[in-house]
Amino acid sequence: MRRIISILMENEAGALSRIVGLFSQRGYNIDSLTVAPTDDESLSRLTLTTEGDEGTIEQITKQLNKLVEVVKLVDLTEGAHLERELMLIKLKAVGAQRAELKRTTDIFRGQIVDVTSTLYTIQLAGTSDKLDAFVEAVNGVPIVEVVRSGVSGLGRGDKVLSL
Amino acid sequence: MELLSGADILIRSLADEGVDVIFGYPGGAALHIYDALYRQKAVEHILVRHEQAATHMADGYARVTGRVGTVLVTSGPGATNTITGIATAYMDSIPMVVISGQVQSHLIGGDAFQETDMVGVSRPIVKHSFLVKKAEDIALTIKKAFYIARTGRPGPVVVDVPKDITNPANLFEYRYPSSVKMRSYTPVLRGHAGQIKKATEEILNAKRPIIYAGGGVVQGNASELLRDLVHSLGCPVTSTLMGLGCIDSADKQYLGMLGMHGTYEANNAMHNADLILAVGARFDDRVTNDPEKFCPGARIIHIDIDPASISKTVRADIPIVGPVEQVLTDMIEAVKQLNIVPDKTAQDAWWKTIEEWREIDCLAIKPTESPLMRPQQVVEMLSKVTNGDAIVTSDVGQHQMFAALYYKYNRPRQWINSGGLGTMGFGLPAAMGAKMAFPDANVVCVTGEGSIQMNIQELSTCKQYNLPIKIININNQALGMVKQWQDLHYEKRHSHSYMDSLPDFIKLAEAYGHVGIRVDRYEDLEAAMIECFSMKDKLVFMDIYVDPNEHVYPMQVAGGTIKDMVLSKAEGS
Repeated sequence: MRRIISILMENEAGALSRIVGLFSQRGYNIDSLTVAPTDDESLSRLTLTTEGDEGTIEQITKQLNKLVEVVKLVDLTEGAHLERELMLIKLKAVGAQRAELKRTTDIFRGQIVDVTSTLYTIQLAGTSDKLDAFVEAVNGVPIVEVVRSGVSGLGRGDKVLSL
Repeated sequence: MELLSGADILIRSLADEGVDVIFGYPGGAALHIYDALYRQKAVEHILVRHEQAATHMADGYARVTGRVGTVLVTSGPGATNTITGIATAYMDSIPMVVISGQVQSHLIGGDAFQETDMVGVSRPIVKHSFLVKKAEDIALTIKKAFYIARTGRPGPVVVDVPKDITNPANLFEYRYPSSVKMRSYTPVLRGHAGQIKKATEEILNAKRPIIYAGGGVVQGNASELLRDLVHSLGCPVTSTLMGLGCIDSADKQYLGMLGMHGTYEANNAMHNADLILAVGARFDDRVTNDPEKFCPGARIIHIDIDPASISKTVRADIPIVGPVEQVLTDMIEAVKQLNIVPDKTAQDAWWKTIEEWREIDCLAIKPTESPLMRPQQVVEMLSKVTNGDAIVTSDVGQHQMFAALYYKYNRPRQWINSGGLGTMGFGLPAAMGAKMAFPDANVVCVTGEGSIQMNIQELSTCKQYNLPIKIININNQALGMVKQWQDLHYEKRHSHSYMDSLPDFIKLAEAYGHVGIRVDRYEDLEAAMIECFSMKDKLVFMDIYVDPNEHVYPMQVAGGTIKDMVLSKAEGS
């Protein structure tokens, strides 16, 4: 089952490599990973998505918690949560396809952020499913390049991951 | 406030942390630190012959004392040579701090001479590691390193120190912190009271309970408490390889070691139990056999300081995360408070069954046609001659299992071995670390002709520091455990498991300035051993030739339940 694990950790050199190393060392998967400092510059927030059965996820969260630089973590998928991923996708856009792509982009509430005579670069934010659906919807249009940020997220309502 | 160089701050911090001995080897990046060592007396330095041995010595010292073992090495090869020792300590949760020199900060990343990314290389086998960035951080980093190494589930911590920050030309204010708090590291101090009560109720209501005690009992200084609990419950207790000594082996309720080479009664009692109280043990694959088939009828209570050890391989019904010492104290109290009278009839029936298993006498040394001495006899004799009172370290292989099964341990921290990583070459340096800690104790290294050669250079260190340990080399002229597996699983194809062209160990011991005694016949063994132990101030190397065809039994059948085992060679082949 897909899980989103969000980690508050010390913003120190080497902390990220410990987390990534733990996954490779123990044979766990990382599907996506995103990390940046928070409003408190001594802390970084890392969000990763992984797959595994209940026992594996339990081990992953326990092993992560053991890392000295990990302050706190939460499995967002255990409760109501918001998740967002950003995608920049560069598509071949010529002739009639230009109008069609514009329409599809609007439907998905994306923006065309760069234009050449033959290309559109489209920015889209949403759940990973939504981004997948967009890629599916423009099926047939040649994709030149795709970059995705990986998932970020937080709990809905009062649920907060902080010190 | 005092002004000191980074190097002096480092050594002063160790002294203020209470470090009395440090095991190490100098080199370029560590020279400022070594100069600081030279100019003080509080910390004694033991010069090893190979950095791997330094880590095992610090490890042995830590295991017998419960204190943090400390190592000092240089960058590059000095640092990488410690890796096996760090991994050994990591697998057995041994508190250790390894300080490695590093090339100057501005050279890091440029492939400088003797540069290795020590923090990176050691990352998967440390509890934590630090690369010290500036001299002002040294004291606090050392404080944190020792705090992390010894608290919670103990483990090794690496502190990598670039040469420039130890430069004697630059002076800094020195103050050693009296305590340290880290928001991201808060070891559990108490087990959950409700869980402890619930667990105690289940134990008291069980019909066929057993206590499965591991290295955490020894490490957590809870052996006395475990004995109290065992005696107040009247139930059987078994120990892992790492837990040996937490219960006196003469205790009537003790069933011996469990697992791959465990006793018939211990493994059968586990398999048939209706309740298992696991204390500081981690359901290792050398215990469980196939975890899917593990003890099908048992409710499992698991006490451990490390939440990640709980339900890792075998699901716990009642998990208790906390220090074994505190949890057992509360459990003993709960036994008194709860006023539940255990079912006497059930308990008697349980013991009756266990006694039947015991009668098999699975460790009896069965006669063979061979006139050669048996390795089991050697360990039995060692136990007799030393009154079961020596500190025994071992290397890895058949001799390790014989030393575990046939020596009569009576106290914790008496049996020292590399259980998790299974490191050959561990025994001799570990014995040296133990002897440093307890100069008046009999310290014995039970080894084999394979293992001893993996760190035999330390005989030189023993001479330099006058460490009169006793080496019992159980010489079967083969890598016995490898050979045993080849006998059983590879149709006796002994691929590279024999030791051709062995050295003359007696001459070798003498060359290093020690005493060597060779024994070939069992009839000569007792007198030779008595002679060996009468030489109080000499390191004696006993080279004892034994039957090369002996196997370790009992032995579990791979892929079966914990009780599926073979008891003798006749049965096994």
